[in-house]
Amino acid sequence: MVAAALAEAITHQAAGAALDIEQVSHAFDLDGAELPVLSDVSISVEPGEFVALLGPSGCGKSTLLRLVAGLDKPKAGRLREDEQRIRNPHPSRVVVFQDPTLFPWRSVWDNVALGLEAQGVLKSQRHRVDAALDLVGLSSFRNAYPHQLSGGMAQRVALARALVNDPKILILDEPLGKLDSLTRITMQAELVSLWQRKGFTTLLVTHDAEEALVLANRVIVFSERPARVKADIRVDRPYPRHRGDPYLADLRRQILGLLGLDATW
Amino acid sequence: MSTYSLSDGLASGTPRTSRAPLLATWLRESGVGVLASIAWIAFGLSCLWWEDVGDWSRTHSLGIAAFVIAAVALFGTVGADYLGSAGQALHKRAPWLVALGAFLTVWEVATAKLAWLPLPFFPPPQAIIEVYTDDLPKLLDSVFASVKLQLGGYLIGATVGFLTGVSIGWSRAVGYWVHPVLRFIGPLPATAWLPIAFFTFPSSWSASTFLIALATGFPVTVLTWSGVASVSNAYYDVARTLGAKPSFLVLKVAIPAALPHVFVGLFMGLGSSFAVLVVAEMIGVKAGLGWYLQWAQGWAAYANMYAALIVMSLLCSGAITLLFSIRDRLLVWQKGTVKW
Ligand SMILES: Nc1ncnc2c1ncn2[C@@H]1O[C@H](COP(=O)(O)OP(=O)(O)OP(=O)(O)O)[C@@H](O)[C@H]1O
Ligand SMILES: [Mg+2]
Repeated sequence: MVAAALAEAITHQAAGAALDIEQVSHAFDLDGAELPVLSDVSISVEPGEFVALLGPSGCGKSTLLRLVAGLDKPKAGRLREDEQRIRNPHPSRVVVFQDPTLFPWRSVWDNVALGLEAQGVLKSQRHRVDAALDLVGLSSFRNAYPHQLSGGMAQRVALARALVNDPKILILDEPLGKLDSLTRITMQAELVSLWQRKGFTTLLVTHDAEEALVLANRVIVFSERPARVKADIRVDRPYPRHRGDPYLADLRRQILGLLGLDATW
Repeated sequence: MSTYSLSDGLASGTPRTSRAPLLATWLRESGVGVLASIAWIAFGLSCLWWEDVGDWSRTHSLGIAAFVIAAVALFGTVGADYLGSAGQALHKRAPWLVALGAFLTVWEVATAKLAWLPLPFFPPPQAIIEVYTDDLPKLLDSVFASVKLQLGGYLIGATVGFLTGVSIGWSRAVGYWVHPVLRFIGPLPATAWLPIAFFTFPSSWSASTFLIALATGFPVTVLTWSGVASVSNAYYDVARTLGAKPSFLVLKVAIPAALPHVFVGLFMGLGSSFAVLVVAEMIGVKAGLGWYLQWAQGWAAYANMYAALIVMSLLCSGAITLLFSIRDRLLVWQKGTVKW
């Protein structure tokens, strides 16, 4: 049943896109004063890469993701998707926000259908919504309203709402932060296998160095605000990865050191 | 087979052991229903026992009707088990039936029988019944006129208010021009326009429709606007990253998100438009329940006034019930909405 749904979901092949972040700086106005948030950030992401972004809280990770999504424009620098300047949001770059932000007036199914409906293709593509719901294991909650879901279930619906669009770049802002550790591990495995099958480019913001190392083939560590790229670490390890892998443990120590936690770890 | 005989034995065993408590249980369950029946018998007796102090033609029929209600209450209570949901409904309302029967009895005695309350101003129940039977055509005409006027004005006001509210909330340019006008004109009670409206509009009917629309439109506009303005940007961000165009953002994000506010506005608009309706009918339209009230006052026909008031309150309450049930249907996704 689920396997069939998965097969259905893969038939819409959307390979990943390249993402170029070139010397991007950004700042906010906070009570008249300028608050610099990103400072000369350059990252070049290959098509199909899985990049994890790590950094102290409030350093500017979510801000960078909003720029990639095209929701805001940077104060300086350029962003490109497959050589095309990013100026506006586009469904080829879908964001799963830190908050699930489901529409409370829509049922779970209608929430997941949002993207297809907005693009005017829902009529012919209804099966994709069902497949995405199967994927996150919430088919039996299709008619529930968001206030009837747990926090973790809401986060899974938000993930399904993104995946149903077959994005070329999937932008994830701590999407697993609210899940319990068991569901979290399951969802991590789901995410990796999905990414491997579909080949989309993934940007994942996380607070958890271990999660970054289990999932990504590249980990970028940011400095305190204003965020600068402090380290760009390749994780050359085949999937599925094991949490106890000494190579990963070594990298983890290194990353925590970069985040200023070396004394305790 | 063995389970059958076991349960059989249990079933036949229970009543025997609990016969005395059974009566107490029955009284607790059905006591109020019996009491309701007694209250209505009292009302019926109060109608028929003494002579009326005045000349009313429906006293006898009212007494009979009271006995019929008493009988229905009694049989409904005794036979509740066989009546299903109707029996349950009666059971739930029995305390109110008691109160109503008692109130009517006191009213009957205090007016028609002993004349404790000054008579032309406080007519007895049978006088009001008499209005409903003898003056029905005129009353129905009035109801029809009121409903027509109210419905037209309210629908126009609600539609215009909703559209204005959405445009102000959505477009900065519209807000720039409409907002000051709204602030200047909106808080003015719609009734203040009455004198002007009645000579600027071609007919008193169109003037009244305009005033009702105005009274409805202001709260609907303001609340729709505040509803649209308070929609979280996060919803727009989500929709935009999923490929939503501006029309989608208005129709499928802003409006549904603002709907709870819109219904508060519709509710407030309904209240203030009722007030305008009655005043407009009294002063200008010469039709409808407001006019009926005024006409009755002119002839010192107090029973007619009470009769019209009761009808009016049923209509207003019915309109609000209708609005709330529409809201409940549209806003099922909200938890904990107020039950009207
Ligand atoms: N719209 C805004 N206006 C003003 N300041 C903002 C705005 N959005 C974010 N900021 C500021 O920018 C900084 C970076 O915010 P951002 O949300 O990108 O942090 P983050 O790295 O995602 O943090 P976290 O890991 O806690 O989610 C914060 O100091 C925040 O106060
Ligand atoms: Mg963040």
